[in-house]
Amino acid sequence: MPKMPTPAELLAATPAFPAKGWMDVKSEIRPGNYCYPAKPDTLLGLGFKRAHAWAPEDQDWNLPANWEDIMYNALKERLDKHRSLKVFMDVCVRCGACADKCHFFLGTNDPKNMPVLRAELLRSVYRKDFTLAGRLLGKVAGARRLDAGIIKEWYSYFYQCSECRRCSLYCPYGIDTAELTVLVREMLLELGLASNWIMDPVSNCNRTGNHLGIQPHAMKEIVEFLCDDIETITGIRIDPPFNEKGHEILFITPSGDYFADPGIYTFMGYLMLFHELGLDYTLSTYASEGGNFGSFVSFDVAKKLNAKMYAEAERLGSKWILGGECGHMWRVVNQYMATYNGPTPPNLEQPVSPITGTVFKNAAATKMVHIAEFTADLIHHDKLNLRPERNNHIITTWHDSCNPARGMGLLEEPRAVLRAVCNNFVEMPEHTIREETFCCGSGSGLNTEEIMDIRMRGGFPRANALRYVADKHNVNWMACVCALDRAALPPLTEYWVPEVTVSGLHELVANALVMKGEIPRTMDMRQEDLPFPDPEPEEPETQEPEEIGTGAATEPKSEEDA
Amino acid sequence: MTIALVATLLILIVGWGGSMIGLQGVLGALPLAALAVFIVGFVWRVVYWAKSPVPFAIPTVGGQQRSLDWIKPSRLDAPWTTAAVVGRMALEVLTFRSLFRNTAAERTTINGVPRLTYYSSKWLWVFALLFHYSMLVIVVRHARFFLEPVPVCIQVIEFLDGVMQVGHPRFYLTDAFILAGLGFLFLRRLYTEKLRYISQPADWFALFLLICVAGSGICMRYVDKVDIAQAKVFIMGLFTFSSVSTEGLSPIFFIHLTFVSVLLAYFPFSKLMHMGGVFMSPTRNMKVNTREERHVNPWNPPKKFHTYAEYEDDFRDAMAEAGLPLEKQPEPATETGNGAGA
Repeated sequence: MPKMPTPAELLAATPAFPAKGWMDVKSEIRPGNYCYPAKPDTLLGLGFKRAHAWAPEDQDWNLPANWEDIMYNALKERLDKHRSLKVFMDVCVRCGACADKCHFFLGTNDPKNMPVLRAELLRSVYRKDFTLAGRLLGKVAGARRLDAGIIKEWYSYFYQCSECRRCSLYCPYGIDTAELTVLVREMLLELGLASNWIMDPVSNCNRTGNHLGIQPHAMKEIVEFLCDDIETITGIRIDPPFNEKGHEILFITPSGDYFADPGIYTFMGYLMLFHELGLDYTLSTYASEGGNFGSFVSFDVAKKLNAKMYAEAERLGSKWILGGECGHMWRVVNQYMATYNGPTPPNLEQPVSPITGTVFKNAAATKMVHIAEFTADLIHHDKLNLRPERNNHIITTWHDSCNPARGMGLLEEPRAVLRAVCNNFVEMPEHTIREETFCCGSGSGLNTEEIMDIRMRGGFPRANALRYVADKHNVNWMACVCALDRAALPPLTEYWVPEVTVSGLHELVANALVMKGEIPRTMDMRQEDLPFPDPEPEEPETQEPEEIGTGAATEPKSEEDA
Repeated sequence: MTIALVATLLILIVGWGGSMIGLQGVLGALPLAALAVFIVGFVWRVVYWAKSPVPFAIPTVGGQQRSLDWIKPSRLDAPWTTAAVVGRMALEVLTFRSLFRNTAAERTTINGVPRLTYYSSKWLWVFALLFHYSMLVIVVRHARFFLEPVPVCIQVIEFLDGVMQVGHPRFYLTDAFILAGLGFLFLRRLYTEKLRYISQPADWFALFLLICVAGSGICMRYVDKVDIAQAKVFIMGLFTFSSVSTEGLSPIFFIHLTFVSVLLAYFPFSKLMHMGGVFMSPTRNMKVNTREERHVNPWNPPKKFHTYAEYEDDFRDAMAEAGLPLEKQPEPATETGNGAGA
């Protein structure tokens, strides 16, 4: 990974527009601006026959001999299958409303990162092959013949789009670059070109059930470790069920939640919540991934991975599925899952909260509920004993993740939860939140180390809004409802707004949740001292909390030392 | 831009030159052919789009979804009924609602630190509306050349358009508005770096063509005045396919006619087809109830995935050792050591 310049240096080094027109500017492939290619074995294992060894910096990408035909047919096939593609190819008037809506453009000032030009990279080729004017007039009609340089350009720029759909909100015709990005990435896959950081997780997810390739027994072990931590914090032992049949609910969350910091604290929050409710649920090691990296590159691959959720719900005889906090997982679940899978397995029923009796009418077809909806409903019905004072040292803001916002409309549910568990909640400025939210800069499989420069630039608009509330309202926390955010935002805030901590929603829920029979809390989910610990109980039960208190004092220190 | 300008001038020369050398009859036939191309081309393009299915429901959600009863959903930005989708589309088509959202981002420096600020930017929305509605009124107004007697509603529109009651012939507001709208769109494309960089010959050409259509029309009314009664006789003749006399019609009339014809014929093959396309955009015209109602993909491929049985085959021994429930118990063979190591 190349060394990162300081934030000031990074922004100062923002180039002006090139003097030449964009068709004459060759795409530059240099270290730091491309994703490492997927390994041929990985692609072959997933059935992509044209997988081959290639290196982005090489002149020759070892494309198959008839690659031009392959691309022509690939585009034709997609035009025939997707009305969106045809319309998006034809109707753009280049009004430029999208131009300064893209976080990658705002961060890089690279004109090809304006959504309109990103689309033109494909549109120009479409005109040449599929329109009369393009065929006859060529460049005058905005058309150009596909060549190997354009393939490189596509690999560069369609992997600088995080499929956040912000441009599509402002486009007067709703042209959605995310749709184009997935389709171009699909086409590149037909040439055996893909990014390792996406395809490795896809392959893992396919075989072991989750992106990280955590095998069933290892997953169980990890979760048990997390339960040890819960016991340390709350004094309560939780023993979550795995792969068990006959439970009402199958719970599926992204694997980042039980593997990576700070997702694990949110995962612990889920388990504590379920335990407190006495929820009849099971985890699955087979369907142990809520996220769907396939959705970044191909509708078919997305479907292949998504199919496991229903297959497992059917095998286990669950009545409905509860989904954890994740971004693109919910784009797939909300907008594609029902279509991909057809009618749900017969054992699935319309989800009803066993605690409040609320019927989740909006999940009638998919039978899958978002945990923010589930918890917001609990809080609304006053079913949780919460002590938000435990979060009083936190002044939090809320990051709307792109997919739950623009792919779903999940805006108020998490806010309702956040307000209930945290006394200090400040919104970031308008035009940067809710449906207008900015991406973390690393979505759609770009969360990889080798493009740190692009990621930090892409995340600049998000960080900039965060900087505003950090300066003005002393915000020191940013909660979000997306696993990729929980992986991507910590390095982003570290770089731009180092005083801010990133967490999931249910980590804060877990802090505030008063569980039956728990010990007075002296530490938060990260086992750091609570500045506002629970008051000592009336009954002299001093032994236990004191012990925990000393444990808490040493724990963070040893972490820092390490 | 030069290419577009040259192309526009060529059209002007055809129109002007043609009428000078006595080809009024030929030029007069142009609109008929162009109209035919327009109608056939428009329908052909819409049919071309419609032939491809909409495999997935991909509305861009612009507000709160409908979920829990006590959370107020955004009816127009996350429409869950057909009526609400119609409402969203109507506002999109009639008021350019997405464009109304437009913001401008600007890099600034606050306390020495580079920052981004955003502010609402509605100029494009204002002038786009101004142009499109002026265009609409002008087109409707033109019906008086085609219809006899002129319907009352068109007379009303004409009256309102000239409500300022200035000049003779009476000055139409839309004539000024359309030029203002087009002028803004032109200047914006010329002077904004981003816009200039993304602009193609087709973008300039469409602007020049529309400016010339409007300009020649205005000339005909206020400068090089054309006998309207004569023009109407000519046009009515055209559309009833009877022989027409071009007597008393000056070149400017034929120049206008030529520009209009080119616009009509060019329309279906250009970005101007956004007029039809805006209705067919799946990010706007679909319901935001995708978990409630299943959207069917006509080419939905069969499901192919790594099944649980295959998964358990891969990990059975390790799963058994970890105490995870199994569909099939591992073989009680002597090789359990292998399984644990796998």
